[in-house]
Amino acid sequence: MFLINCPYCGERDQSEFSAGGEAHIVRPKQPTELSDDQWAEFLFMRKNIKGVQFERWNHAHGCRKWFNMIRDTSNDKIQAVYKMGEKPPIK
Amino acid sequence: MKNKYSIFALIKNAFTYHENWQRAWRDPLPKKEYDVVIVGGGGHGLATAYYLAKKHGMKNIAVVEKGWIGGGNTGRNTTIIRSNYLWDASAGLYDHALKIWEGLSQELNYNVMFSQRGVMNLAHNLQDVRDLKRRTHANRLNGIDSVWLNTEEVKKFCPIINTSPNIRYPVLGGTLQKRAGTARHDAVAWGYARGADAMGVDIIQNCEVKNIKRNGDSIEGIETTKGFIKAKKIGVVAAGHSSVIANMVDLKLPLESKPLQALVSEPVKPIIDTVVMSNAVHAYISQSDKGELVIGAGTDAYVSYTQRGSHDVVEGTLKAILELYPIFSRMKMLRQWGGIVDICPDASPIISKTHIKGLYFNCGWGTGGFKATPGSGDLFAHTIANDEPHKLNADFNINRFVSGDLVDEHGAAAVAH
Repeated sequence: MFLINCPYCGERDQSEFSAGGEAHIVRPKQPTELSDDQWAEFLFMRKNIKGVQFERWNHAHGCRKWFNMIRDTSNDKIQAVYKMGEKPPIK
Repeated sequence: MKNKYSIFALIKNAFTYHENWQRAWRDPLPKKEYDVVIVGGGGHGLATAYYLAKKHGMKNIAVVEKGWIGGGNTGRNTTIIRSNYLWDASAGLYDHALKIWEGLSQELNYNVMFSQRGVMNLAHNLQDVRDLKRRTHANRLNGIDSVWLNTEEVKKFCPIINTSPNIRYPVLGGTLQKRAGTARHDAVAWGYARGADAMGVDIIQNCEVKNIKRNGDSIEGIETTKGFIKAKKIGVVAAGHSSVIANMVDLKLPLESKPLQALVSEPVKPIIDTVVMSNAVHAYISQSDKGELVIGAGTDAYVSYTQRGSHDVVEGTLKAILELYPIFSRMKMLRQWGGIVDICPDASPIISKTHIKGLYFNCGWGTGGFKATPGSGDLFAHTIANDEPHKLNADFNINRFVSGDLVDEHGAAAVAH
């Protein structure tokens, strides 16, 4: 349980948001040319990092906009929030 | 040789004020090399080591555990055991485990307090009714006992349930598996540890794996906080931390780790003599032998390794509990905790070889691994010893996420685990 600083609405309780999993997993440009292995990689395989993770969140009970967030999953501390399409402020 | 636990041992030790009981397992230093190293000393890992020694005649086995044995999810679950799963593959897997549970205390000479008090799953809407009836039929075709109860029969079986039609999620019926029930979770870990140790398995606690040493497509051993341990085969049973181990060898798994919460109340006199689960409102409840109500909540909906969990999840569960059991309205909750569960997209486990020779994974049990502990250990031991799966876990391989042949218990049966 923590507070998230929505880039559009400001600081709100985490329960207003829904997590969308790891960020920057690019949807394949040519889906028909993908092998089964590549599909599995895109659809299912995740790093599931214990530590600093880049992820997508949606302000489901607010502005309903998607954005990116960098969070340490070992202590739930948020390091940065940035909009979709922007480059991550931390590497 | 281990002393056998019996009434005579109890009387004999009473004369010395129970101060001379033998240690249940040794506390060895790691050897330089093992034939098999099991990473993770929870119930599943200890059971794997036990069956490797017992059924496959392997001698040189170690279990390494970063904390103390049974201190992870084995000691954090709500101890529910059942096998009423929809799909054939799952039914085979979980009923295999249930059959071992039925004789486990005798086999281990350790009382795991397995109690077949029945598990009831409630239906709260018409779709629940259809799904659960379908599941009952599927269970019976697979030889698993399961019956459908209407609302009156639910009330008769568990009189404290509020069956008023005027509540937000009225009880429209339920299924009952009578062979299902609960067991003492710590005893399972301790019983398997004692049994494995008696056959020469080294149980090494406070020994965290820092890295897995690889040589091309095979493994060489593990770097740990107690030094390097060479291993011919490595079986990883690290539950919520499976991905952390997998990332050491750049192996990606289809897992997300999330906190799952449970809580217990202050102890009271016997009031509920069965286990009642409600998937739609995500609340399940039973009563421990100490008298505490044991309540299972849901997972947080985001990846996290903090063994805490959010307050709103507990709040939602307790609201549902109070509506279904108004008698508990003034109960005080005593403790709350979280465990990190690794969830597969299809909510079914992985008991599998990997593309790296000698590296095996048993993971993805998500929110419902405790019930499978004996079966999981037995099948994983078979997979490691023979370098190929048993027919009961053949469907639970990693490649199903490539082939698309998922065991989709999540959507199909809507089971809370």
